[in-house]
Amino acid sequence: MLELSAFELAGKIASGEVSAREAAEAASERVEAAEPEVHAMITPTPELALERAERVDERRARGEELAPWEGVPIAVKDVLSTRGVRTTCGSRILENFEPVYEATALARLGEPVVVGKANMDEFAMGSSTENSAFGPTRNPWDLSRVPGGSSGGSAAAVAAGEGWWALGTDTGGSVRQPAALCGIVGLKPTYGRVSRYGLVAFASSLDQIGPMTRDVRDAALLLSAIAGRDPRDSTSASAEVPDYLAELDRGVEGLRVGIIGEMMGEGIEPGVREVVERAARSLEEAGAEVGEAHLPHQEYALAAYYIIAPAEVSSNLARFDGVRYGMRVEAEGVHEMFRRTRGRGFGDEAKRRIMLGTYALSSGYYEAYYAQAQKVRTRIIEDFRAAFSRFDVLLSPTSPTVAFGLGEKVEDPLAMYAQDICSIPANLAGIPAISVPGGLSEGLPVGVQLMGNHFAEATLLRAARTVEEASGFRFEMRP
Amino acid sequence: MEVKEREAYQAVIGLEFHAHIATRTKMFCGCRVSYGDEPNTHTCPVCLGHPGALPVANERAVELGVMAGLAMGCEVAPRAVFARKNYFYPDLPKGYQISQYEEPICTGGHIDVQTSSGTVRVRIRRLHLEEDTAKNVHVGTSGRMHGSTASLIDFNRSGTPLMEIVTEPDIPSAEAARETALRLRDILRAVGASEADMEKGQLRCEANVSIRNPDGSLGTRTELKNINSFRFMERAIERELRRQREIVASGGTVRQTTIHYDPEDDEVYETRSKEYAEDYRYFPEPDLLPLQLSEEWVEGLRARLPELPEAMRARFIKQYGLSEEAAGVLTVERELAAYYEEVAAQVDPRQAANWISGDLRALLNESGLSISECKILPGHMAELIGLVQSGDLSRSAAKEVLERSFETGERPQEIVEREGLGTVGGDELSGIVERVISSNPEEARRVREGDRKVVGFLIGQVMRETRGNADGGKVREILMEKLGS
Ligand SMILES: [Zn+2]
Repeated sequence: MLELSAFELAGKIASGEVSAREAAEAASERVEAAEPEVHAMITPTPELALERAERVDERRARGEELAPWEGVPIAVKDVLSTRGVRTTCGSRILENFEPVYEATALARLGEPVVVGKANMDEFAMGSSTENSAFGPTRNPWDLSRVPGGSSGGSAAAVAAGEGWWALGTDTGGSVRQPAALCGIVGLKPTYGRVSRYGLVAFASSLDQIGPMTRDVRDAALLLSAIAGRDPRDSTSASAEVPDYLAELDRGVEGLRVGIIGEMMGEGIEPGVREVVERAARSLEEAGAEVGEAHLPHQEYALAAYYIIAPAEVSSNLARFDGVRYGMRVEAEGVHEMFRRTRGRGFGDEAKRRIMLGTYALSSGYYEAYYAQAQKVRTRIIEDFRAAFSRFDVLLSPTSPTVAFGLGEKVEDPLAMYAQDICSIPANLAGIPAISVPGGLSEGLPVGVQLMGNHFAEATLLRAARTVEEASGFRFEMRP
Repeated sequence: MEVKEREAYQAVIGLEFHAHIATRTKMFCGCRVSYGDEPNTHTCPVCLGHPGALPVANERAVELGVMAGLAMGCEVAPRAVFARKNYFYPDLPKGYQISQYEEPICTGGHIDVQTSSGTVRVRIRRLHLEEDTAKNVHVGTSGRMHGSTASLIDFNRSGTPLMEIVTEPDIPSAEAARETALRLRDILRAVGASEADMEKGQLRCEANVSIRNPDGSLGTRTELKNINSFRFMERAIERELRRQREIVASGGTVRQTTIHYDPEDDEVYETRSKEYAEDYRYFPEPDLLPLQLSEEWVEGLRARLPELPEAMRARFIKQYGLSEEAAGVLTVERELAAYYEEVAAQVDPRQAANWISGDLRALLNESGLSISECKILPGHMAELIGLVQSGDLSRSAAKEVLERSFETGERPQEIVEREGLGTVGGDELSGIVERVISSNPEEARRVREGDRKVVGFLIGQVMRETRGNADGGKVREILMEKLGS
């Protein structure tokens, strides 16, 4: 059972061949076995999983028809609100915080069989899951390496079979990069495709919830479940949600694919580049037209991102002040209480970005930094518009490197930030992007990134399916 | 001397208002707006600022804000952007307030106000929408945070819709400032955008006060905070102007500071000096899309605008022949004006104005009821006035009937009949007059001999006999007839 895809497992649960309870138990056993080594979870929730699974089985026994994703155990990044289950965001400041409501994306799964709240960089800030207040997660492919971040816990949980799939969040690549480093599929949908209600905000204008799955078909299935307009999120789109599964096997005949020149040069490991080139060839062989695309303002994307995201962070994290929930350090006077609570509650990276963002927004610097970064953002959107007038899909590496060693980049924030160099532009433009395993380099997985126009997830999934099939890479549980 | 000084140092005043928007629910969530309910009973993840909760703009609040703007002749922006105003305070659950900054919903417009020295046009700089904070309650001291033993927070107010209205510094006197506030209140009430009751905190005001020096240069402005009644507004500004004139006249300079007015001793105090400007780090709210307000939508609202107080006042003067003052009183409150018009359609409009702006309003004020809670229906009011006009009820008896009807809601005619309050006339009155003549022979004789001064005494006696329920003219007529003069 542990080797099945989520799609296959869901089919067996629906037909009664496997009970949801059996699946939940198998997942929880796997959590128990893998956690000492991988540490993918902040809070394993075996009782909750069992309880929900039993409810799914009961409903099925009553003759109710189950949605095609129900009963499949899932790991959930600990930044999504779960009613009554602590939601820490990887931070001390929320160590004991239990939300009173459930995030929309989760609620859309009906009775989500949550096996645990997955580890993450504090408030989703990081590219290695080493910034978690609860200790780092290890890459199931090589326990001395990072799983990527910030959804590293979710990625590692899927790779280690601690759940058939997971939900992550992607602000600058946080679903795609860890998916790439852990050899799974990670999809960042169009901004607004999935409701952000209940997602604890990192950078509101960039954040998006995305599926992290064993294969492309699972990603299509999970996206079908969570996508769609939510009246509680006014930025969520009312565009119709297509049947992603039905579209999946239409192939890539006639699809125009552009390899992004600016993402194939300096800084990209040769082994990574090779895998991407091979993916391009396989798309061509499957009938796509492949050419070279350009994003001329790509070189400014990282800088713009590291202004805009921290600016929003400095505001979004202001609510963690010790007044209403979470941690409080008592002190004389309210301002001293704020200071000590935040001083002790936040980790270094959170503090670094709060400082950066506060500076970028402060009067006198706003024009030079925040306003300038927004102008760059507009240029990048225009770059993509131009590129999508020529191509349906853009192709690049997801991450410039394979998984690096734990502790290797901790002391060098700028080197860490460069991890997101290929993934950030999609967030700035709000377009969908997927990372699909394209093969191995130095024995470690390499992710191939495909980007599409707004709401073109179906096209992306088709292309990703083709790359996946041609790569010869098959999901295999590790370690 | 005082007059000269005033001319030399001309007042320059700008006002900033915060008005509660009269919606049923909060600005960005579905919680009920309520005042005085049990603390923290109208809250949800959104207005508590819980992690992950997102705001959704209240359409009705946007509508009412735009209607208020239109009523003042403002331009409505085709696109308005919500922004975050960042600062730390325990009553601010998100650490920022959602407001509007660079792209407010309305700009321009004006309010015309009448002052003793003529009409003043006060231009509106902007009108924007925002949310209110929660409410701090400090325990263990006189209500201030400093030195208190604990602070409690009531989040019922958190997220209540507000509009901020900022005028240009066009206001030349404390009187004009007060009139501006009153006219603004009238307009907000007329369009139903706010109840704008200052005493209930639904309308809050701050004044930026400065004086123009004799050489034409503008002095430093101070901020007058916490003006919470129309009554004190004029006095507070007047007091602050006097302070500034005194400083400048004695060769000093006004410091940029925040001023608090204490009505108890009619004195102003500097509360804190503004050594550093607060930096709110405004930026566009990423959780809300910009408001796109189409021309059709705006025009639709414009078409729904009711007649505004100013226009109504002018119409009342012209149509009903009312005095400026009576028209002013009757048009301050929309419901009162409607009530009046219903009565005026049935009886003499001027009599109706006297009764409604006088006796009825006095009763309302005394009981603390609003006109919509008044038990006397307009038809009943008209009936009462009609009885007086036809001479069937004396004015003093009518007042009594009014009071009864006000308490019970009974028809005036019924009260009159039951209590026998109707005017005494005919044979009955004749009999009474005869009785009075025979019991006052001396006075009757003097009248017969042509002493007109005593007539009043006899009439008074008749009126006493009828307990006031007789028509004075009629009594005189019968009396003179019977005394043959
Ligand atoms: Zn609420």
